Amino acid sequence: MLNEATISVGRSVVARATSEPALVRGFLIGAALVFLGLFLFVPLAVVFAQAFQKGIAAYVDSFREPAALAAIRLTLFTAAVAVPFNLVFGVAAAWVIGKFDFIGKSFLMTLIDLPFSVSPVVSGLIYVLVFGMQGWLGPWLAAHDIKIIFAVPGIILTTMFVTFPFVARELIPLMQAQGSEEEEAAVTLGAGGWQTFFRVTLPNVKWGLLYGVILCNARAMGEFGAVSVVSGHIRGLTNTLPLHVEILYNEYQYVAAFAAASLLALLALVTLAVKSLIQWRAARDAVIRHTGGGESDA
Amino acid sequence: MSIEARNITKTFGDFKALDGVTLEVPTGELVALLGPSGSGKTTLLRVIAGLEFPESGEIFFHGENATDRSARERRIGFVFQHYALFRHMTVFENVAFGLRVRPRQLRPDERTIRKKVGNLLKLVQVDFLADHLPSQLSGGQRQRIALARALAVEPQILLLDEPFGALDARVRQELRRWLRRLHDEIHVTSVFVTHDQEEALEVADRVVVMNEGRIEQFGTPDQVYNHPATPFVYHFLGNVNLFHSRVHAGRVHIGEIEIEAPEHLGTHDAPALAYVRPHDIELDRVRDGAMIEAVVRDVRAVGSLVRLELDRVDGDEIIEAELTRERYIELDLRAGEHVFVKPRNLRVFLKEA
Repeated sequence: MLNEATISVGRSVVARATSEPALVRGFLIGAALVFLGLFLFVPLAVVFAQAFQKGIAAYVDSFREPAALAAIRLTLFTAAVAVPFNLVFGVAAAWVIGKFDFIGKSFLMTLIDLPFSVSPVVSGLIYVLVFGMQGWLGPWLAAHDIKIIFAVPGIILTTMFVTFPFVARELIPLMQAQGSEEEEAAVTLGAGGWQTFFRVTLPNVKWGLLYGVILCNARAMGEFGAVSVVSGHIRGLTNTLPLHVEILYNEYQYVAAFAAASLLALLALVTLAVKSLIQWRAARDAVIRHTGGGESDA
Repeated sequence: MSIEARNITKTFGDFKALDGVTLEVPTGELVALLGPSGSGKTTLLRVIAGLEFPESGEIFFHGENATDRSARERRIGFVFQHYALFRHMTVFENVAFGLRVRPRQLRPDERTIRKKVGNLLKLVQVDFLADHLPSQLSGGQRQRIALARALAVEPQILLLDEPFGALDARVRQELRRWLRRLHDEIHVTSVFVTHDQEEALEVADRVVVMNEGRIEQFGTPDQVYNHPATPFVYHFLGNVNLFHSRVHAGRVHIGEIEIEAPEHLGTHDAPALAYVRPHDIELDRVRDGAMIEAVVRDVRAVGSLVRLELDRVDGDEIIEAELTRERYIELDLRAGEHVFVKPRNLRVFLKEA
């Protein structure tokens, strides 16, 4: 009891020493809220206001259009291919980096970060330079009638490139922190490589993995710059949802443009909600772990 | 099953963790690997387990060469220093893990698993915790679960890395005795790593004292404590007094006194170090033959023994002495008083040139 009392006294002293007068606090909080409102909430509200400007019927009609449906389909398809690929790659890379020591490890980590540090337009251009008609592999591809640039494969490739780091970046610090003792224990108990991975490694990182996949998916569906370079903007064929928004907007079809944009905004909101839910679940697991670990030795 | 390590060498970068280690652990014994940190004891344990592979040397289990077998194939039980319990599994599932990952034709059915895990949890006295997660347990409980999990696969060899290192003193004492009793019950060949000499001497049948990647001595607790083979073992096991001296023709000269050292008959006037345990320091108020004069600096009377710190009058070395309480009362010594010291049972090692 005595201990608790001294701790709580100590805490209140610390709190007082680091806090500011109410006026300053109020001003700072207010400034942050105004800023957020101006730059986040207002634009978001505008998207939905514009989309519903001419009523729900016009909103729904804009999705009846074949080009809009094709764009939605292509966006979903691209994500459906890119996300699983990056899931497998991310887990493999994180496993290798987090659990083993080898030469070139830091180089590999830098390489994984590359798509984050390169401008999306450059990412797109890289693929044009490699696979385009004037590129390295262009003539060969043309001779074999394989279309990558200005076609769906190009869109999927650039999306993969841009969303490369999400899963790996999420898992690497987690796996490094957990070390490999549990895996060693599993092996001494007779588990094989896959058994160790699916029964021990994967369950230990499941929240981080899910979090990475959610972010990866959001980016895969929302990517504009890189995809814009390789797509060729062929209506109904190579337009993803973000590209479709741009085209409609340039053609002064505001309702249709904002209706499509509202889908993307909705995706962002759902992503945020799921993300918060995951963080909350992961934190709750961690709390159970900690409060449980605090019992006295017996 | 017996364990034999032959000439094991293992390096990490520039660091030589094991330098030609040879060791034989007989079937059914409980052996302690004792040494300071960095002495290679944990590395040796992990090499035996197959979690590290040596650059050279061989490992034999029951006379069979196991050097190239993976950890999975060696069928050993390993208890990790920080337990390494599977954090997302209940205690029950942790213990059942080794049974569930067996190939289908060797895997016991659910009823057998339940029965076996239940028995193991009873054996380690924590069966009431079966549905808890590891995070909800105390250190001592986790240690018991880790042991039960290792025993579930019926290993022929049990390896424990600093099994009591992370526990507080009272729990450590209790678990230590319990491990000894458990070993007497199940008789599986066991090796445990420790840096605590008391733990090694109290629990093990035999102790391996290690230093800088080499084995200094391998023997029973009595042998390593009472007949240390090297100065290092003397230092590492228990307190010891060190007298700078000279050896000449079977006699050792410490200050003004002279004592027989028959093992050095052939040595002529060489510098040496004489080691004496504190309880082998005889004290008296009056000089009786050749004795070293000293002044009492400090007296600590805690428990059944009384510890004294003495300053030598003829030099600046400190002597540590342990007296029984009766002898202390008889002498009635206080700080600042003069005493006369005579070392018994000293062991002389020549100084290396």
